[in-house]
Amino acid sequence: MGKIWRISGPVIIAEDMRGSQVYEVVEIGDERLNGEIIGLEQDKAVIQVYEDTVGLTVGEKVTRTGEILMAELGPGLVGNIYDGVQRSLVTMKDEVGDFLHRGVRTHALDREKKWRFMPGVKAGTRVEGGDIIGTVQETGLIEHRIMVPPGMSGVIDSIEEGDYTVEETVAMLESNGKTRPLTLMQRWPARKPRPYKRRFDPVDLLVTGTRIIDYLFPLALGGKAAIPGGFGTGKTVNLQQMARWSQTQLNIYVGCGERGNEMADVLHSFKELKDPGSGRYLQEKEIFIANTSNMPVVAREISIFIGITMAEYYRDMGYDILLVADSTSRWAEAMREIGARLEETPGEEGFPTYLGSRLSAFYERSGKVECLGSPDRVGSATVIGAVSPPGADFSEPVTQNTLRIVDALYSLDVALANRRHFPTINWLQSYSKYADSVDTWWEKVSPDYTEVRNQALITLQKEAELEEIVRLVGPEALPENDKLLLLISRMIREDFLMQSAYHPVDTYSDPKRSHLMLSIIMKFNDFARGMAETGMMVSEISASRIKQRISRMKDVPDNEIDQYIDSIRQDMAGGAASLEQGGV
Amino acid sequence: MDSMQLFTRQTKAISTARRSLLIIESIPGIQFSEIVDVELGTGEVRSGQVIEVGKGTTVVQVFGGVSEVDLLDSKVRYKGETLKLPLSPDILGRIFDGSGKPIDGGPPIISQKYQDINGVPANPASRMPPAEFIETGISAIDGLNVLVRGQKLPIFSGSGLPHNKIAAQIIRQASLKGKSDDFAIVFGAIGVSYDDAAYFINNLEETGALSRAVGFINTASSPVIERLSTPRLALTAAEYLAWEMDMHVLVILTDITNYADALRELAAMRGEIPSRRGYPGYMYTDLASLYERAGRISGREGSVTILPILTMPDDDITHPIPDLTGYITEGQIVLSRPLDRKRIYPPIDVFLSLSRMMKEGIGEGKTREDHNNVFMQSYAMYAEGNYLREITTVIGSEALTDRDKVYLEAADRFERDFIAQAEHSRRTVEDTLSVAWDIFSMLPEEDLKLINEKYIKKYLPEPSKSE
Repeated sequence: MGKIWRISGPVIIAEDMRGSQVYEVVEIGDERLNGEIIGLEQDKAVIQVYEDTVGLTVGEKVTRTGEILMAELGPGLVGNIYDGVQRSLVTMKDEVGDFLHRGVRTHALDREKKWRFMPGVKAGTRVEGGDIIGTVQETGLIEHRIMVPPGMSGVIDSIEEGDYTVEETVAMLESNGKTRPLTLMQRWPARKPRPYKRRFDPVDLLVTGTRIIDYLFPLALGGKAAIPGGFGTGKTVNLQQMARWSQTQLNIYVGCGERGNEMADVLHSFKELKDPGSGRYLQEKEIFIANTSNMPVVAREISIFIGITMAEYYRDMGYDILLVADSTSRWAEAMREIGARLEETPGEEGFPTYLGSRLSAFYERSGKVECLGSPDRVGSATVIGAVSPPGADFSEPVTQNTLRIVDALYSLDVALANRRHFPTINWLQSYSKYADSVDTWWEKVSPDYTEVRNQALITLQKEAELEEIVRLVGPEALPENDKLLLLISRMIREDFLMQSAYHPVDTYSDPKRSHLMLSIIMKFNDFARGMAETGMMVSEISASRIKQRISRMKDVPDNEIDQYIDSIRQDMAGGAASLEQGGV
Repeated sequence: MDSMQLFTRQTKAISTARRSLLIIESIPGIQFSEIVDVELGTGEVRSGQVIEVGKGTTVVQVFGGVSEVDLLDSKVRYKGETLKLPLSPDILGRIFDGSGKPIDGGPPIISQKYQDINGVPANPASRMPPAEFIETGISAIDGLNVLVRGQKLPIFSGSGLPHNKIAAQIIRQASLKGKSDDFAIVFGAIGVSYDDAAYFINNLEETGALSRAVGFINTASSPVIERLSTPRLALTAAEYLAWEMDMHVLVILTDITNYADALRELAAMRGEIPSRRGYPGYMYTDLASLYERAGRISGREGSVTILPILTMPDDDITHPIPDLTGYITEGQIVLSRPLDRKRIYPPIDVFLSLSRMMKEGIGEGKTREDHNNVFMQSYAMYAEGNYLREITTVIGSEALTDRDKVYLEAADRFERDFIAQAEHSRRTVEDTLSVAWDIFSMLPEEDLKLINEKYIKKYLPEPSKSE
């Protein structure tokens, strides 16, 4: 047992710590505050403390646990809310009340609750790490597949259906004459990636339900993306939308150093909103980590790794997982704070020099993989990180280091926010390297996807060029074909890209619907061009009923949208006559 | 933490006195972050705080600096506790300084209950999303940037802009709303001028709100270190009133810029590595430890709503103080110098202002069914008018269509009639909405695309309908 030798904010140095290892978890003082060793020198250990250190004194005991920081993995994770070191906030609320006093410890997984275990293999089966030996129905939406922990193998000695707590033995595994128990729960060091057989290229679209993402800058299952944006650009709303509607089997929402009220809003809304596919509450496919900005700063650093470890664990069952982290900047700031306490030589803007490698260590744990063990299965973990650049200046270190790692960028724009154009994803600055790899997926929805997408992007690009001229000469002075282009680009922006998170229909747009919407606008483009050639003024076209009907398509419910779009298409087929009949 | 000390822990073994720091030989039992008294050879006593403690040496930061400290006669006494505030219902109607001592001539607060001023974070799982409308009586806020109970909504101002007037108007008017007896005001003045502090106190006195108010005043001439404790004292009082007395509390903190500058000054004295513009790298976390104390807790009656006021240096919204604040708070009310020059009061910049909690606080049963539609339409109309103004400066007004001219006029009226209102005028949310509808009646009805037709029938004033 060691003793406190020095205290400096969240970092303490303990003496008599010979024999301990880096990243070993320790307990500090009588209150048994949680900490983690981050450095060793002779008999002294540098420890970062996950809780407030106020009131600690020199000489208080420091107890080693012999373990490095582990995430608990097993049934009961889904629907739960954790703090940065995986303490269940739900349990803490019941046990210690509404405020987070320090020194409180809870298990991540409920030790009392019984789960119905259905064996999937028989006694005598030879198994190895990753093999699925049975299942537990964790929530209405998640079948929890119980796997042999990586690295273990042998012959199943006994296995039985029944109701078990996470610690009770569900099967005995025999190898080399020794039998070891298998339980519903396993533990894994949070900082270490979980193993898999091999990686695949991300080629399947991750359907987020946000049109500008799915259609223009698609994200692939197993991909990694960043959302940087100044304050007020709706970063959090965007991430919440993704966590809500993404067509993945499980979503993990890591609130890292963000607002408590927003977290409360997320938690409440997931209890009320339903999954569009299954009609069940979203809470049944969601894990939350809530380390708000006023909670201990050190726990922010590990919270991201706890989150990604859980994502990998469910990935290993053969599921598609989305992890959103809001915000990686707060995470980086936590590292900066610890780095400064350790008197490390700082890099750019005081951030530690290992900022880039730590960011990669997180983002690189995304991916689409062939999972370990049998039966053969493929799982994916997709990662989206929010970045909060100071002063919305993207040249700062966290944004720049992130951009070197991620393959899709959703750049949020303050100017769009001020115009109340939501989502504020800027179509000129954003990109996705997955656009080329998911086009095969899209072409199954519609063969003309690539063409429609390109047309739309070109129109938007040309609009940006014209905009400067408009500022000088006014829109009236433009030639008719330029006016038409402005009309179409405006329709793309207002009737397609703008999407209300709060409108019951508009909040989620499935790929087919997105395609219908954009392709009818591009159809209208062809139609209007034809009309313009017959001498019709753009102002007349703009006032037409067809155009107005397009601008109302967002509100049309999913079961009527086909018909609605179809009738617009038919009207256009009627040519000029239809414009007149429809009433210009 | 043991606050009862049976023996005095005192030492004279000071080895270094530099900037605001003392390095002292350690004695047993020193707690991290505990408060100390430093007694100078002259007999003067200053407070300080342990900022680092080791087996050999302890580092103490002295509030008020180390001038006149000598290494021979000065003594350091450890108090064995962190900064605490005594709490009882008697704090209502009282004024304290930045260390929690009464400065209104009244008796000290007697209480069994001493609360650490740093507070304890609320469990996110216990929080309730804020959703109850606070009527401030100011159209630009109630109509477009709704404040709800439990929200933290700062006013981003500039020097010389009337932020104090607006805050005073909110205190005056919001406190009159509905169940006024359970609405309390906690006021924290941080490094402001004596006149500014007096303005608020007098304002509270005149409206009779002082009996439901608590003030913590740290004027520009008070110790810099107390700029850091003042908002914490205020929030500790607010939490007590909200969570234990079931009151709805509105906390006004002014000026956060002085707070952040104090934070920078003390960090520099400790020789810390600075981040942007010399402010410490942990300023986000530090500001969050204040602002995040706003909220609602499920199962408890009260609420803490925080209205921090800050002056943006050089009106720069990307300056670290407004920037980090904006990342933590749920929106911001931004004051505009151009509007102020046009003599528009309150000069609230509608485009830069935002309330993230608005959608939860408005609508049928909360304000009125058409509120959201009116908000969107007002915004679109004013934005279009503004865009045309900009264009007009380049191409002249001749090139405008008749429709454009209507929008220009509408934008002017929006500033004159909707945003602007008298300092003592209190508009109900219905009044606010009808001002907007009056302006809408100037526009062609088919332009009211963002409003549901049934509200147009119900609320659009007659003359326009018959056209």
